[in-house]
Parts: sequence; structure tokens; C-alpha cells
Amino acid sequence: MPRSRLAFWIFLAPVLMWLLLLIVLPHLDLLTMSFRGENDYGDMVWTTRNYLNFFTEPIYWLTFVRTALYAVITTAITFVLAMPVAFYISKLARHRMQGALMILILLPFWVSELVRIYGWMILLRESGVLNFFLVKLGILHRPVEMLYNDATMIMGLVYTSMLFMVVPLVSVMDSLDDSLIEAAHDLGAGKLAIWRTIIIPHCKPGITSGAIVVFMLTLGNYLTPNLMGGKNSLWFTEQIYNQFIASFNWNQGSAFGFLLLVLSSLIIWAGLKLSGQKLGEVAS
Amino acid sequence: MIRSLPRSKTYDWSFNAFIILYFVFLFAPLVVTCVLAFNNSDFPSLPWQGFSLDWFLADGPDRVGLFHDAQNLRSILTSFETAFFVSILSVVVGTCASFLFEKETFRFKGLLYMLMLAPLVIPGVILGISQLLAANTAGTFFDDTFGVDIPIFRPSFWLVVLGQFSFITTFVTLVVSARLRKFDPSLEEAALNLGATHFGVIRHVTLKFLRPAIVGAGAVAFLMSFENFNTTLFLVGSEPTLPINLYLQVRDGSTPVINAVSLMLIVGTSLLALINFYFTRKTD
Repeated sequence: MPRSRLAFWIFLAPVLMWLLLLIVLPHLDLLTMSFRGENDYGDMVWTTRNYLNFFTEPIYWLTFVRTALYAVITTAITFVLAMPVAFYISKLARHRMQGALMILILLPFWVSELVRIYGWMILLRESGVLNFFLVKLGILHRPVEMLYNDATMIMGLVYTSMLFMVVPLVSVMDSLDDSLIEAAHDLGAGKLAIWRTIIIPHCKPGITSGAIVVFMLTLGNYLTPNLMGGKNSLWFTEQIYNQFIASFNWNQGSAFGFLLLVLSSLIIWAGLKLSGQKLGEVAS
Repeated sequence: MIRSLPRSKTYDWSFNAFIILYFVFLFAPLVVTCVLAFNNSDFPSLPWQGFSLDWFLADGPDRVGLFHDAQNLRSILTSFETAFFVSILSVVVGTCASFLFEKETFRFKGLLYMLMLAPLVIPGVILGISQLLAANTAGTFFDDTFGVDIPIFRPSFWLVVLGQFSFITTFVTLVVSARLRKFDPSLEEAALNLGATHFGVIRHVTLKFLRPAIVGAGAVAFLMSFENFNTTLFLVGSEPTLPINLYLQVRDGSTPVINAVSLMLIVGTSLLALINFYFTRKTD
């Protein structure tokens, strides 16, 4: 269909404004800010000190490594939990149940993350609901504090990002033809062999996209580590927040922010390369 | 293994038990939050002191229910206003972007498309700080060069709207594009042959076809804006949105008013999510 130039510009102009003013320029600003700093005389100069600080202060890079490591652990646990759920929904549940189960899985994630974390806090804290029942039932003599440790924090992170693993897994499993599994079974394959040679290979694209999204969301999460991890939960986004809001050292904060951006982009890029996928496919 | 294959009783049982436990895990924090909103106690914890609507209706001085809590009501209103503007803006620009990427060919299209996808891989915290930096730079620039102080460049309502808009538009674009790809261009050609103008065609044919996707994307944009925390955290001025306001209350110790707010939030988002399901189902 012949299109007018006018229509083209009407589509292009707002998109260009959005991408240039709100995506490109701010991130260029982030990059330049991270290379600026005060010298001994209090003047603003170009410097790499913000990055040097990161590498010379163990607390900074240790937090960075810790955050990345915990994000990997969270992703792995999320995958292990989501796999059977996805399998149940697409292969075991009755057809009429499938839609209802999907809605049930999606619903909690539309509720604000803060509300969900708050729910866990009133369940798990020392005066919480779980402690109340455990003491009532005589399992515990006195309430224990279940919040503010790493295990609970990881549980919270798994909970927050669960959906982003389950949904892609369900959609790839839906496309797996049941007759392949039936054939394998008829030919005498055991459960383990079926999982290893048929189900997992078929689900690879869904696994990758789920893992990438979960990893990225966990890495950039602020709320869950902050509220469930307690005072000594060192999470890199908290370091960034502290530099910006508490220390008011925007240059140092920008350097940290840029490092986090580089880390998450690198890992996502590597994940996409390894699985031979494109970002656009993963997203939709 | 699957529906069509013979399964042992133990296998069925353990699988069902796992799924039930999973859904308990998914809904426990939400259910507990809702139930405790009606507990006649000053703390969001057990024991159960009897049913009470105080946390919704009480009008001080000991207890202030949600409907008399100016601070919480104010933040709910702010969130509504923010989400309203974000969804309008992102639906307009997102629809333009999907027309641009699906129907036009131009140089640098691939590059622009990658840029459009970038917000998917940028952690929310980073988006927030880079917007903050850019706004600050712009504000300083206008102040130094023209001597005018523009309040929009300081953390404020409109900065929050812009910050949320910057990444929510990507999701809108992806949803609308998916629908636009199923559109049959011969319908447009037919309308043109029958004498319609270019914009008449877009209005009466293409946009009509896209309407379910646009409404669905608008609902998603509204929900995403309403519950956003990470990006908003850095841009919020004197008017906190609901998640920020709740965060401050949860961090500093809380009364069951938070449960009451959460309950409203859970009910509201569930309704909106169900409406969205309804519309997206129509799309397929």
C-alpha cells in the first residue's frame, strides 16, 4: 500500500523522542557522570577514581559478586520449582483446568511486589503467623525470627520472580507433541530418559528466556533484599541507592549503576548467544 | 507420565501434593494479608481478636482506618493519576512504534528496534537513576544558560510519569505489534480503493482491528505503573505513589492499615487483571 511521508513522520517523531530523550541520553549521562569526580581542590574533573574505588574496596566488589551469585542460585531454584508446575499444567491437568490454573498462577503477580513481600513478613517474622501456629502446636517452644537471613531472602526472590519462569516453560511445553513422549514410553524409555532426551531439549528456548528474565529481575531487585534480608543483606542495588540518596555521591553511584548495567547486559547477551535466540523472540 | 499414559497412584499423588503445596506457597502471603486486615488487634499478627472493620472505617483517635487515613488515600490518588497518564502516553507512543516497526521500512530500522527493546534488559533501578541524572543535567543546563528554573526536572510527579513511561512503552509496543502482525493488509487496500483517506483507513479499519490489543496493553500499562517501585524510588518527589508510601510504612513498623490497603490493592488488581484476560482472549 502506498504510504504518505506524513504518516511515516507521525509514527517516527514520538518514538524517536521517547528513545532519544528517555533512553539514550540518560544512559550516556550515566556513563559520563561515572567518569567525573572532585579532585583535591574540589573541582570537577575527568577521573577513573569511581571505578578504582570499586575494585580497591573489597566491600563493593564482594557485594557485587555476592549479588550475582545469589541471582544465579535464585534462578536455579526457580527453574527447579517451575519445571514440574509447567509440566503439570500443560501435560497432566485436564483441559478445562488448564486455563483456570494459568489465571491462578498469573494473579498473584499482578499484585504489587511490596504487598507480596509484606505478606511474607507478617507470615515469617518473630510475632508472625507461622510462629504463632508452630508454638500453638508445640513444635517450637518459643518463636524464632525467620526473617532477615539469606535463605529467607532467596525464598522471597524466588517467589517474586516465579511467574517469569513458569509462563515461558508452559508455552514451550504446550508445543511439545504428546505422541513423542508416548512413543518413547512404548519403546521402553524410563522417566529419567524421557526427561533428559525429550522434554528438556525441547524446552530449551523457554528455559533460556525464563532464566534470563528471572536473573535480570533478581539482580536489579531492591525491595526483597532490603525488606527480607535484614540489616546485613548486602545487595548491590542497595549500594547504588545508598550512594545516591544517603551519601549523595552521584558520581560513585553512577559508576556502580553502570557496572550493574554492564553485568546484566553481558549475562543476557551470553545467554542469548549460547541458546541461539534473539531478544525480540524472548520478549514476546 | 502424561495424561494418555498409565501412571502409578504414587506418582499421581505426589505430583498433586506438589502442585497443591505450590499454590499454597503462591497464595499464603496474600491470604494472610487479607485475613489480618479484619483482625481486631493493633498489630498485623495473630492471635485472632475477633472480626473488625476498624482498619477500614475507624476515625481515630486510637485507630485510623484506611478511609480516614489522609496519607494513604493521597498516595492511592497519586498512583491513580500517575498510572492514568503513563498508560495514555505509553499506549499512544507504543501504538505509533508498532506501526513504525511493522509497516514502514527505513534506514536504521534494526538499530532503532534494538533501542526500543533496550528497556527490557535495563534493571529498573538503573533506569531510575539515569532518568534522575538526565533530568538534573537538563535542569542545571536550563538554569545556567537561560536562568530559568524548571520544576519538572526535579524529582516530581511528572518525572515519575516519564520514568515509568520510558520502559512501559516497550511492553505496549510488543503487545500491539503482535496483533498488528496478524492484520491482513488487503483490508486497508480495499478501503483505499473504495475511496477512504489514509487516516480514515487507519482510524476505521486498522485501529478497530487493534482495539482489543490496545485495551489489553493499556490495562497492563496501568497495572505496571501502579505497582512500580524500583524506577519510581529515585524519581519520587513530595508526592509518593502507593508502593513507595507503603514501603516507608512497612520499613518503619506497621499497623493493620497496611493490610487494609493491601486488600484493596489485591481486589482491585485482580479485577483489572481479569478484565485484561477477557480482552486478550478475544484477541486470539
